[in-house]
Amino acid sequence: MSARERAPHQTVDLEAMARAYEAAAGRYPRRVVVCAGTGCVANGAHAVIQAFVEQIAAAGLNVTTEVRAEAHDADLRLSKSGCQGFCQQGPLVTIEPEGILYTRVKPEDVAQIVQETLIGGKVVERLLYAEPVTGQRCHGTADIPFYTRQRRTVLRACGALDPEDILEYISRGGYAAARRAYTELSPQAVCEEVTFAGLRGRGGGGFPTGRKWDLTRKQPGPKKYVICNGDEGDPGAFMDRSVMEGHPHSVIEGMMIAARAIGADEGVVYVRAEYPLAVRRIRKAVADAEQMGLLGDGLFGTEHSFREEVMEGAGAFVCGEETALIASIEGKRGMPMPKPPFPAQSGLFGKPTVINNVETLAMVPLILTEGAVAFRSVGTENSPGTKTFALTGHVANTGLIEVPFGTSLREVVHHIGGGVTDDAGHPTSQGFKAVQIGGPSGGCLTEDHLDLPLDFDSLRSVGAMVGSGGLVVMNKQTCMVSVARFFMRFTQTESCGKCVLCREGTKQMLALLDDITEGRATLETLDLLEKVAKAVQKGSLCGLGKTAPNPVLSTLRYFRAEYEAHVVQKRCPAGQCKALRVPSIDAALCKGCTLCARKCPVGAISGQKKEAHWIDPDKCTRCGVCAQSCKFGAVTGV
Amino acid sequence: MSDFVIVDGKEVRIEGERNLLELIRKAGIDIPTFCYHSRLSVYGACRLCLVEVEGRGIVASCSTLPEPGLKVKTATQEIREIRKIAVELLLANHEKACPTCAKSAACQLQAIARRLGVDEVRFHSTHQPAPVDRTSPSLVRDPNKCILCGDCVRVCHEVQGIGAIDFAHRGAQTAVVPAFGKDLKQVECVYCGQCASVCPTGSLTVRSEIDAVWADLSDPNKTVVAQIAPAVRVALGEHFGMAPGTVTMGQIVAALKAMGFDHVYDTSFAADLTVIEEANEFLARKEKGERLPIFTSCCPAWVKFAEQYYPALLPHLSSCRSPQQMFGALAREVLPERLGVRNKELVVVSIMPCTAKKFEAKQEKFVTDGIPDVDHVLTTQELGRMIEERGLRFHRLEPESLDMPLGFKTGAGVIFGTSGGVTEAVLRYAVEKVSGVQLQSVDFKAVRGEEGLREATVSVVAGVTLKLAIVHGLANARRVAERVLAGECDYDIVEVMSCPGGCIGGAGQPVSREPDAVRQRARGLYNSDKMLEFHKSQDNYVVNECYQQHLGEVGGEKAHRLLHTHYSSRRRITDEEISLVNGSNGAPLAVNVCIGTSCMVRGSQRLLQALVEHIEERGLVDAVDVKATFCFERCDRGPTVAIGDTVIERCTVQKAFEALEQALAEARAPELAAAGD
Repeated sequence: MSARERAPHQTVDLEAMARAYEAAAGRYPRRVVVCAGTGCVANGAHAVIQAFVEQIAAAGLNVTTEVRAEAHDADLRLSKSGCQGFCQQGPLVTIEPEGILYTRVKPEDVAQIVQETLIGGKVVERLLYAEPVTGQRCHGTADIPFYTRQRRTVLRACGALDPEDILEYISRGGYAAARRAYTELSPQAVCEEVTFAGLRGRGGGGFPTGRKWDLTRKQPGPKKYVICNGDEGDPGAFMDRSVMEGHPHSVIEGMMIAARAIGADEGVVYVRAEYPLAVRRIRKAVADAEQMGLLGDGLFGTEHSFREEVMEGAGAFVCGEETALIASIEGKRGMPMPKPPFPAQSGLFGKPTVINNVETLAMVPLILTEGAVAFRSVGTENSPGTKTFALTGHVANTGLIEVPFGTSLREVVHHIGGGVTDDAGHPTSQGFKAVQIGGPSGGCLTEDHLDLPLDFDSLRSVGAMVGSGGLVVMNKQTCMVSVARFFMRFTQTESCGKCVLCREGTKQMLALLDDITEGRATLETLDLLEKVAKAVQKGSLCGLGKTAPNPVLSTLRYFRAEYEAHVVQKRCPAGQCKALRVPSIDAALCKGCTLCARKCPVGAISGQKKEAHWIDPDKCTRCGVCAQSCKFGAVTGV
Repeated sequence: MSDFVIVDGKEVRIEGERNLLELIRKAGIDIPTFCYHSRLSVYGACRLCLVEVEGRGIVASCSTLPEPGLKVKTATQEIREIRKIAVELLLANHEKACPTCAKSAACQLQAIARRLGVDEVRFHSTHQPAPVDRTSPSLVRDPNKCILCGDCVRVCHEVQGIGAIDFAHRGAQTAVVPAFGKDLKQVECVYCGQCASVCPTGSLTVRSEIDAVWADLSDPNKTVVAQIAPAVRVALGEHFGMAPGTVTMGQIVAALKAMGFDHVYDTSFAADLTVIEEANEFLARKEKGERLPIFTSCCPAWVKFAEQYYPALLPHLSSCRSPQQMFGALAREVLPERLGVRNKELVVVSIMPCTAKKFEAKQEKFVTDGIPDVDHVLTTQELGRMIEERGLRFHRLEPESLDMPLGFKTGAGVIFGTSGGVTEAVLRYAVEKVSGVQLQSVDFKAVRGEEGLREATVSVVAGVTLKLAIVHGLANARRVAERVLAGECDYDIVEVMSCPGGCIGGAGQPVSREPDAVRQRARGLYNSDKMLEFHKSQDNYVVNECYQQHLGEVGGEKAHRLLHTHYSSRRRITDEEISLVNGSNGAPLAVNVCIGTSCMVRGSQRLLQALVEHIEERGLVDAVDVKATFCFERCDRGPTVAIGDTVIERCTVQKAFEALEQALAEARAPELAAAGD
């Protein structure tokens, strides 16, 4: 039977479903939620869940893992959630209805939680989060600064909902926005509302989403596509993964609304294959929505159809670039194409196509349910709403955060992030050096930028970008040349190899950075590095190439003195560049035990017994054996 | 708003240019590019065509639409800097063996580096040597010279519809390679050489036979003769700075003689012969109404293409050899006696506009008793280089005339070199033969033109019209072939030439920077036709004499043996089979297991292993020959195993064992019966 012949679905009664779910869920007010985001899973969340199952049974309690309409007895409900963001403190366990948050829970803690909290109604103090400075114990998200200083909209649901339960999503108002779009609004009205809300693409570029939709809407032709770009590839970024894993239905609903706005009847969710859980969750969510009649033909009793397919990438970073992603879906080599034509004009299979990032799409239902005005009330004039960031590096609270645009870097690093840590992970008040924002496409920001509002335009003005939202905090022990080199190594291997400037330019930038960190460079090297970087930035074919030099250019801009120290004095101020270290033995500390001289594999150390030794820097290979063997800490610089 | 673009302060009218680059070039500013070709899709990779557009910043002009009111600067200091850096970056990753490169002096990388004033490379050399692929009879692929502009990939895919080469790997590892990194000879390359003709560097070049020709020329025991293809005479002059289309036949003969060729003949003579054979073949088929349309077979790249992709159409191909091979066969038949030499001492050299002709001449079917009909094939480019090497001032050569008898031709044989020419030449013969009336005008302008796929209808006599299709570019040929197979068209004749514009656009021709070179060359051929005394192949009295003295009847037994050929399917892999068990009995049972990709995926390797183990266990090693082979063309029904004459699809270990036992039992049955007697 063709799609056209099939009778429209019975209108889905979302409210009835929500009521039924609430009624059923109401029978189990007591709920244990274990975070099953990747960070917590890596820290042993699955074992914790298993321990709960066992301990609850041992305590003679009945447990259910799903909410069913038909009555069945259970004393409590045990569920997994998507990433709750506080990854540093995982595995996380939340006890409802009190909202107690236990951190760093180990399987052996579970018996105590069951006995004392679930049965005894008491809090296990030692598992509560302690403020690092004051040592004060926090009861739950309501009094932990990491959470209270954020504004979590997309992410709140991520940490609370069972991502595999479509009914729980519906019970929280899910799919009502899509229904409104299909039954109450015209495509133009949807575009207008999203345009008025000022939503900008969260994938990096910051292009106004409503305008993109409207351009595609105006293209002629009956066949159009919506693509969700879930090919998140920046090192250290995991916002999109968390949303797909923890809140997949919001993405599907966002795509439905986009489809309504442009008149598309097919959508593709493109997820990188390295995210197997996200792939599975999105697949299940699509299947569940289809089964409920939320996807397919006759949406919400209208004439409209919309279907979604999930496709896995094949591991190329460049496929996050929209034209390369489209080529990849078409079965071609993932290489960007020159624009114009833009995907809005000629995208997937030559048809007008809207391609939005995961987080952008997840924001869309919020705009339609709460209104554009409410959305605009958060964030800044030109960058409304909230943005998620993956906070990593030398910071106390690494994890996934969501803040309004315009929040200062200081707020993020020092308050939400809990301040900078040293290499050993201990908080240090004077340790801040820089923040690398936006991954390999972004730039570095310094202490001078701590009060800079984080939004699209102000970041661009200082040579960085929101990018996909990776935020790496770096302490004083970090060598900024090495940071630039790290990202350049990444982009030069991930360049698609198509355009000359990106393919060859990144390779040469890496070679020049190697020269600098290995002591072969001169001031001319810096000059040449800057010239290539600018040529690549101005002349590359796609966004990936154009932004690839940002880590180099921004470190050159803000840390030029550090570069110059490398090339003029042949010295790495942070002491990280191995080749530039000057090996020496502190004569005051050396006891002349000869151990180092005997251990040195190249015979670079000489000296008489019981007299201070010395190292020949020309012979020394900086292997570090002498320093490791010295019992008096006399050897430095190897 | 006016429909002008301001280019460097001057107004330039928009006249349907597809992009800013074309508009700027029209304005007389030659922006350098590596990856832009007007007949290929826009690729945007070389980044040399960058310009600054007011309000938009720096953009690639190849992919920017010329919109009214745009203000464009084509050479700001910043753009100049970026272009130079781009070229320097390419040079840093290039094997800079320029003086010994086949493309030296004709190399675009060299030319652009000089134009842009790149006088040093400030970067580290990142070049990693890679092996050169010399397996192809026609082309040499040298990855060390590749700048990854993708022109070859696109011409092969878009113009020829093949895709024998493509990009592999990512980032710094990116390379253009044939499928699975195989050699060019092992993949679906048809040797048309269009990749080499668009390659801006020495990465894809024509495989030279110059040295072999010099060696034969200097051998006193050899008599060396040349045949010159029609398209050569209108293009060689370009090698020496003349305008495209300049006819230099007289100088070519003089040059060849000066270089030591004993006799110089014309392939157009053989083309006249082709017309007669092919027209008669067509008329016979037309009368019986069978195997129509007839596809022409002069173009070896097209023939290989058909053998690869359309085996079902092979009966439709004219069985006529190409003029080059007709000439070769005839030369071997006629010249030894005439020149008083033995065939062993006779060397036949073709001068061709074509790289596929090199492949054609080397095919087994055109070799008799170890002597190929055509010994060496030189392209127009190679001839140009030989003339240079010999130090001949081409302009000053006193024209000389061709040798008889094989140098005599009509205009019909000359226009073979352009798209539509073969059809027109056949019409000049066939229409007269069918109607019995002499043609008033020999020009069939309906079949001339430049479009890659043209149709024409020609009225022969009242009630008889011929429907013709003229195609150049194999992607167009593919379109027509699909329609013919689907029964969607009722053409009588389909002329196919692989190269743009026909042989005049062949990959062996000098690479022209002039946009209408092919058009000028075609004009040169049509003018040549006009200048000749005869225009119809039937008027070539030497050809007629040839039939009387040597060939016998048109389409007769001897004509067939010398002038016709056969085709065979080339589908799939040509790799050699791998022998695993070698039976020593008189006639061991053949067991072939396909290990092509599809069968492999479906488990043929396990099957093979089980079979071999089974055979060893049962002590049957002497009685069977087990081979791992390639494609049975039943990929969707694999694994495919052939045991004796039985081919088993979707073969399982069980099925294979049963079939093996049965086949062995049958093989033993006569023995047993004999023993029982």
